[in-house]
Amino acid sequence: MKKLSLAKLNDFFAAVAAKETLYLPVNNNVGKAEYKKWESGVEMSSALNTVRSAKDFFFPQTENLMEFKMTGKSVEVFDTREECEDFVIFGVRACDAASFAILDSVYLVDPVDSYYKSRREHGTVVTMACSKPAETCFCGTFGIDAANPAGDVTVWEVEGAYMLRANTEKGEALLASVADLLEDGCEKCVEEAQAKTRAILAKLPLAGLTTEGVGVGKTKELFDHPAWASLSESCLGCGTCTFVCPTCQCYDVRDFDTGNGIKRFRCWDSCMYSDFTKMAHGNSRNSQLERFRQRFMHKLVYYPDRNDGTFGCVGCGRCLARCPISMNIVKVMKTLGGKN
Amino acid sequence: MQDVKEFRPKIVAFCCNWCSYAGADLAGSARLSYPADVKIIRVPCSCRVNPMFILRAFQRGADGVIMAGCHPGDCHYTSGNYFARRRMTLLFSMLDYLGIERERTRVEWISAAEGAKFSKTMNEFVDTITALGENKRLEDLRCKK
Amino acid sequence: MQKMMEKRALELLGDGTVNRVLGWSAGDFIYDVTPAVFKTAEEVQDKFLYNDFCGANLSKYLVKESRKEGKILVFLKPCDTYSFNQLIAEHRIIRENIYAIGVECFGKADEEKLRAKGITGITGIEMKDGTYTVHTVYGDETVKAYEVMADRCLSCKSKKHVAYDELLGSEGEVVEDCNRFDMVEKLEAMTPDERYEFWRGELSRCIRCNACRNICPACTCEQCVFDNPNSGVSQKAAVNSFEENMFHIIRAFHVAGRCTDCGECSRVCPQHIPLHLLNRKFIKDVNTFYGEYQAGENPEAKPPLGKYEKNDIEPGEAGGAKA
Repeated sequence: MKKLSLAKLNDFFAAVAAKETLYLPVNNNVGKAEYKKWESGVEMSSALNTVRSAKDFFFPQTENLMEFKMTGKSVEVFDTREECEDFVIFGVRACDAASFAILDSVYLVDPVDSYYKSRREHGTVVTMACSKPAETCFCGTFGIDAANPAGDVTVWEVEGAYMLRANTEKGEALLASVADLLEDGCEKCVEEAQAKTRAILAKLPLAGLTTEGVGVGKTKELFDHPAWASLSESCLGCGTCTFVCPTCQCYDVRDFDTGNGIKRFRCWDSCMYSDFTKMAHGNSRNSQLERFRQRFMHKLVYYPDRNDGTFGCVGCGRCLARCPISMNIVKVMKTLGGKN
Repeated sequence: MQDVKEFRPKIVAFCCNWCSYAGADLAGSARLSYPADVKIIRVPCSCRVNPMFILRAFQRGADGVIMAGCHPGDCHYTSGNYFARRRMTLLFSMLDYLGIERERTRVEWISAAEGAKFSKTMNEFVDTITALGENKRLEDLRCKK
Repeated sequence: MQKMMEKRALELLGDGTVNRVLGWSAGDFIYDVTPAVFKTAEEVQDKFLYNDFCGANLSKYLVKESRKEGKILVFLKPCDTYSFNQLIAEHRIIRENIYAIGVECFGKADEEKLRAKGITGITGIEMKDGTYTVHTVYGDETVKAYEVMADRCLSCKSKKHVAYDELLGSEGEVVEDCNRFDMVEKLEAMTPDERYEFWRGELSRCIRCNACRNICPACTCEQCVFDNPNSGVSQKAAVNSFEENMFHIIRAFHVAGRCTDCGECSRVCPQHIPLHLLNRKFIKDVNTFYGEYQAGENPEAKPPLGKYEKNDIEPGEAGGAKA
């Protein structure tokens, strides 16, 4: 455990940023937090979390894959991959940190996604324990401890200082590189901070939310559940929940005709969109009910089925805050669990 | 001496088949010149021009877009140009509102008999866009060579 | 008001006037309200809710619902009645299958603004004489309504219901000095460079979730041009500034002259882009160039882009290059 006095916070950021690019949550022009590059004068946001999740760093919304050029009958293919450089993300919350493990389970298994892998290898994640979780938070439901987040380094805010603990070799290296700014930390202060946070967590309105009724082996029981009709009835079919979700990992590969060649790119896709499963033969999910069901079955049943019971949701609460019609995973879980 | 590349604007002109397109022909047969930078796209009526055509032209590298149709009252289909006029009025006003240079978009009414007006308009427009420089605010970098 | 609405819903369901009720359904939090169709009296008694967070405009759901078997009861706030009328004008909803009850509205509260004021754990909210009393788990708080009201309600154009079969509460009036074009005028007064910077700052946050399009009661095309794979637009990819401009210009243009200014687009934007400023620019231009026009006010009125005058203003006078 190390300690960083808040008076030295800017020196710490400067020291980290001198070696690699540092990103942290900053308030944007409408006062909402988003990850931005640290430069001298940039102040960290005090918001609980960013509007968009931290998955953008490893799985960006759009990404160029390759380019083609045709001259006569020959086609030339260009690899447009940009070499990734080392970077640090500071201030990631426990929920988002847990989402990286979910993305890893998709992109780092065979066949490994080399674009994703390269960014994971170059990125160092510094997480920040929550001290004031919001009423829309429910990470505890999925066994995530907001007071003890994962990541390469974990940070706790205690009076006038940050306590830092390295969890991995990457984390050790990061703290070693700024060792002259750090003092010895205090385990007890961290425990006290954790106890305070956990007391709040226990009192949150969604603290009692359980995964009862969903999870491993529930496919047959839930697939034709009558509640899907009423749950999906008012769904607009927009992609808001998907695009702010830290664990949604689907993408589409598209070709853009530039007029002088083809650029092949991938971009986030949403199972809520009508063309998500559109193939040569047509579309296998023609109604919003089917699309809606897919999104929640994937997170609450299919994913746990294939990943030893781990759920595909981290309880960050972004979809609760952002859904235009306030339909969300909590309402779905409660309904399927027979609580509504 | 250094080889400085002179800026030649790319201009897209949507021309109505029944008037300005024939006007361009007349300009040609009367040997009235207009810059080769103007690429004409023939449309059956100015009313065929959808706001997306205008934006698409900018995306594909145009530095200026002009729509030329029949004089109000002379539409081959009676009223197409009147509707087109309202649409372009609102679109151009919106582009201006978004901070896109208002000189880059233009509407002109040119009849089949006005070869001279066609040539003059295009020369003027090319001069304006040349002075204005490259389209940066509505460009799509993917389409740049 | 909720009691009155619930009572009428139960009566109309009971006497067979309607077989479904379109309203708002309670969620886990008081501000977490979902539009829903209630089919039985039990469902209404159990979940029906109307409070100061019921902002969602229900009229678009009628495109589908009015084509189903039987009559449906719908509750419409004043701004929703304009969208309702506009949908009738465009033959998108079947009026005979709808029983519309107008409900009075004095503006809806914005939960995020309340939270920004430190008011959380909300369990109830009431408005009286321009002040909200907010009940929270930590005790009651009072706050001036204009401080936490949704932006769109602060410049509400009309509290009048333009379509209904029955009215609950008072009939409001058109708000003459709503100042809804103030920000548009402010932008118009800027230099093009300033305007460009402003819109870059706003539109660059777009994540192309399409919420603004899908919530819009004027966007009812069977297939949107942005969903057509042959249209060459990046339907869901936030690719670059051009695509952002194109999407938002075309989205607003497609509803120009039809947008009733209900403000749903800006309400739902997860990135808080002031999309209504694009729509309002078109509304203001239509008013200036072609005479005052309020979409949805009169379903018989001809839309401004569907008609013309011989002496209409030339594009060069409005925004393009001078002829």
